[in-house]
Amino acid sequence: MDETAKIGRRGLLAGTALALAAPAVQAQGAVTLRYVGTAVNQHQGIREKVRQDLGITLDYIPVTSDDVVRRAVTQPNSFDILDSEYWMLKKIVPSGNLVGMDANGIAKVGEITPVFTKGEIGGRKIGLQGTAPSKVMYLPQQNARTFANEPTRWLTLIPTTYNADTLGIRPDRIGRPIESWAELLNPEFKGKASILNIPSIGIMDAAMVVEALGQHKYADKGNMTRAEIDLTMRVLTEAKRAGQFRAFWKDFNESVNLMASGETVIQSMWSPAVTAVRSKGVPCVYQPLKEGYRAWAAGFGLPKTLTGRKLDAAYEFINWFLSGWAGAFLNRQGYYSAVLSTAQANMQAYEWDYWMLGKPAAQDIKAPDGTVMEKAGAVRDGGSYEARMGAVACWNAVMDENDYMVRKWNEFIAA
Amino acid sequence: MTAQVESVPLAAEQAAPAASAPRVPRAPLWQAAPLGLVLLLFFVLPLLATAVVSFWDYTEYSLVPDITLRNYREMFEGCADVSAGGCTTLRTYLSTFRLCAEVALVTVPLGFLVAYFLAFHVRGEGVRMALFLLCTAPFLTSNVIRMVSWIPLLGREGVVNQALLALRVVQQPQDWLLFSEFSVVLAFIHLYTLFVVVPVFNSLMRIDRRLIEAARDAGASAWQTLWHVVIPLAKPGIVIGAIFVIVLVMGDFVTIGVMGGQQIASVGKVIQVQMSYLQFPAAAAQAMVLLALVLLMIAVLTKLVDIRREL
Repeated sequence: MDETAKIGRRGLLAGTALALAAPAVQAQGAVTLRYVGTAVNQHQGIREKVRQDLGITLDYIPVTSDDVVRRAVTQPNSFDILDSEYWMLKKIVPSGNLVGMDANGIAKVGEITPVFTKGEIGGRKIGLQGTAPSKVMYLPQQNARTFANEPTRWLTLIPTTYNADTLGIRPDRIGRPIESWAELLNPEFKGKASILNIPSIGIMDAAMVVEALGQHKYADKGNMTRAEIDLTMRVLTEAKRAGQFRAFWKDFNESVNLMASGETVIQSMWSPAVTAVRSKGVPCVYQPLKEGYRAWAAGFGLPKTLTGRKLDAAYEFINWFLSGWAGAFLNRQGYYSAVLSTAQANMQAYEWDYWMLGKPAAQDIKAPDGTVMEKAGAVRDGGSYEARMGAVACWNAVMDENDYMVRKWNEFIAA
Repeated sequence: MTAQVESVPLAAEQAAPAASAPRVPRAPLWQAAPLGLVLLLFFVLPLLATAVVSFWDYTEYSLVPDITLRNYREMFEGCADVSAGGCTTLRTYLSTFRLCAEVALVTVPLGFLVAYFLAFHVRGEGVRMALFLLCTAPFLTSNVIRMVSWIPLLGREGVVNQALLALRVVQQPQDWLLFSEFSVVLAFIHLYTLFVVVPVFNSLMRIDRRLIEAARDAGASAWQTLWHVVIPLAKPGIVIGAIFVIVLVMGDFVTIGVMGGQQIASVGKVIQVQMSYLQFPAAAAQAMVLLALVLLMIAVLTKLVDIRREL
């Protein structure tokens, strides 16, 4: 973006000059960025704010996580910004379709949380099994197809959101404390458990269970040997044949419906799905477990083919994303933002205390659209940012034996 | 699949004159050309591409042009070892075939019954058409919605279970109603019975009513008329309806996934999982095997009835 756009932006920020500023942006011909990603970060609220602040139009193209990879590998010209998860990089980066992002062009790059840059939090190392972001964060050169082992100037993705996943439970139906992943296969919940039918994630949840049952200790749950895959799938298959699972779920809404309708009482789940169940008036807890969490992280990547004004606009958008408004927006949904300081500046103190510090809510906690998510006095499941992210055991991953794993997963479904 | 049957003579007709015989009248060729071209572009070429890709190799992020039997070998790995309950591919196909058989066994008699009622019991032409259109009314909504609407009905805390509990028919909520083979078959019947009704209705309407009068005059009972006159004459419709249903069930993965709670194996599901993990060659090989089996089944069904002659 050049000088006119900056003037336009200041005008907007001043507020009163809005009518004058808009034509200035228009005069250049508005930039539209085609934004491919899962629907997690594609909010109308962000879109409108970006149009207001930057004059950039985001053209959301929501696809499933599998399709994000497929697009990035097979149709690299079909997007200007890729909202990718870090585990996907092991498939995408070797294709050479993404370009390393220049750290010098990202103002807040030094403030990105050490979870990404060093794999630690508050100076303590966190679990790095699987495709931990810190392992695939940097490229040795801008057009490299391999990852760098130490920080460089070239970043694969600029992190946007991340979270720690665990099991969701129905406390009203279970009526006793749940403390371990092993409970997923407890015969007590026969016919009332579920696991997600996305092989690469499902098998890691299964590995958490196997380890909790004491059957095996994995060197790396995110990169199993064939023997380990066989063992894990055998445990799952036995449970399936014994009727442990009510159903497997594949998308967000399925998981919400299974839980809310009482079909399941314990299952793998995503954080906003738990919120969605609770908003129907059904009690649901995102249960912290002693073995820790399975974490995931997403970020923006740029295709190699991006040039000129679109490239400038993409950098401008990414810088805006880290500047606080979007971070606060995402933090309020239970995700975490990459640059915490700017997000904090955009949140009320009581919101920060509830979402990030794990303190009881001083007043009602509201979603970005204004609906009440939690009543005053509620405490976030799992507690503070440091407690939750610090207890991460492994990260969503692509295994070296991925082909074999997918075949074994198909076998499990057919069993 | 009927389109596929037609494409063979078309292609033959097109190829022949280009080679030598200029005597053949041109007009029919021109008339057939648009359809031939469409089939060539959107059916024959993609199919050939699929066949070629099924012999390719692949990695996490790319397809490697090659001639390898890896995809076929991996598909049938362990199939010789029967003691372990057969290989995945075998079990998956058996599960798919069983679903096909169950669905066909219900939809065909049910579809025949509806068509029979429409064709022989409804007197007025207007009423008949009105009722026929009524049969298609559910198709005004998407089939996903029609399928999903069963879930709140059959669930553990659903309407059916609540009614059964209230009537004291059962003591416990019945789990087999949903996310089971039962619910999958039920949804298929709901979705696909019409595909039997239409061709059977068409066949029944073309039966010369004098044949039925003749049968009655000759002293045949109602059952005998049905068995010896109506059903033989309706055979093409029945076979076409059965082909529709079987082909639809063979390739399905959405209904089996949603209604079976993702726990029931189907060939379509396997292909979908492979596609989503960029294992296109493996999916292509799977698709070729599926295609071969479906063609085989259709060949057997068409041996039972010569559809082309009957039509």
